[in-house]
Amino acid sequence: MLAKRIIPCLDVRDGRVVKGTRFEDLRDAGDPVELATRYDREGADELVFLDITASAERRRTVVDLAARVADVLFIPFTVGGGISSAELAGEILRGGADKVAVNSAAVRDPGLISEIARRHGSQATVLSIDAKREGDAWTVVVDGGRTPTGRDVVAWATDAVARGAGEVLLNSIDRDGTKLGFDLELTAAVADAVTVPVIASGGAASAQDYVELFRRTHADAGLAASIFHYGGLSVGDLKDALTASGIAVRPPERAFA
Amino acid sequence: MIAIVDYGVGNLASVRKAFAAVGARAELVDAPAGLGDATAVVLPGVGNFGHCSREFHRRGFAPALREARERGVPILGICVGMQLLFDGSEEDAGEPGLGFYRGSVTKLSGVPRVPQIGWNAVRRTGDHPWLRDVADGDHFYFVHSYAAQPVDDVVRGTVDYGGDRAAIVGSDGLLGVQFHPEKSGANGLRLLRAFATADARVAAGRGR
Repeated sequence: MLAKRIIPCLDVRDGRVVKGTRFEDLRDAGDPVELATRYDREGADELVFLDITASAERRRTVVDLAARVADVLFIPFTVGGGISSAELAGEILRGGADKVAVNSAAVRDPGLISEIARRHGSQATVLSIDAKREGDAWTVVVDGGRTPTGRDVVAWATDAVARGAGEVLLNSIDRDGTKLGFDLELTAAVADAVTVPVIASGGAASAQDYVELFRRTHADAGLAASIFHYGGLSVGDLKDALTASGIAVRPPERAFA
Repeated sequence: MIAIVDYGVGNLASVRKAFAAVGARAELVDAPAGLGDATAVVLPGVGNFGHCSREFHRRGFAPALREARERGVPILGICVGMQLLFDGSEEDAGEPGLGFYRGSVTKLSGVPRVPQIGWNAVRRTGDHPWLRDVADGDHFYFVHSYAAQPVDDVVRGTVDYGGDRAAIVGSDGLLGVQFHPEKSGANGLRLLRAFATADARVAAGRGR
């Protein structure tokens, strides 16, 4: 049985993990490779690195990050954050990343999705969506959640999958940082509308939030940052809780020796 | 030297790095001549079967792989590289595989999500020297929309995704895995190590 995936997310700036509210009050939280290694040992199924470097050095640091992670980690990982061209996506993938996540640039130019999928395959092409509730639906927001686009989230996810996106990383801006749990309604709406896997993100604060996510929606994976960084929940404990609730997860692996 | 066939498709850096992690030297080989002195050959592949098949054949790798197989050089196919061991795929009916195994590759059906992406348990259904460290039920990382349908008795492991699918096929000197061992943590590294340390003559059997 296909296991539900637990995915820690690391925000990276200038090659260092930062923590704090996504774009404000950032503090250095260490080396991304060290932190990623810890999550790997705890049983993370996959990792997402969200690069928020704003400097001109960005291209080099993000490609370098992918290569450094691939040197030591042998689980899948995705790099996202400001990826605006198929060329940059290609460099990151050649460095050793398995997937790239596109967000704002793909909203502005949906052809970016098809171009990355054409060159590198749908399996390497993740559409990241920041969703904000508006009335009884959700609208796509870009630029780190600041700019509403008026585009319907479910329609955009469906369109992007038709263009070649192989996975949808769905982040609820309303829940992000709230500790209110995943937005189950949003997740269910998107997960039921597309045929590719959906990764839910935003709001997870406990193992119970993950149990609810997998019980009540067809999400394939749940992503979180702060509960793993400093929320006192280890990936291993989370998986134990999911197993106890009858949800299939990848069991702890025998150490390589 | 382990040769990783580089026909311009896929995340080959990860395959090379995974072999490095188990202490084996693997190099990317982007021309058929480079397979001549390989002690083992890895045939990777991701994405579209037709694209993989076209690039693989266009660069002239098919005769070199057949020759390596004749010499008893251990060969490991990964993901679409595993599918290329078969006659062909319904994904691109006109594009041939290597035909090392009889059978075709068909689209996953009867499942809510295609591709299958993620970790799934592999049931051991047969033995193979390079599977010595793979336990029944070990999880591996899969990314695929198609699965091989072997005609002969070559399935060595299955994965349950809307029914049992071929996850591992193998015979003397040859193994194909639908999952990505280079992305399957310790379970994958153990499999790659067993392959890397395979004795070419023993693996070949008939080579002696």
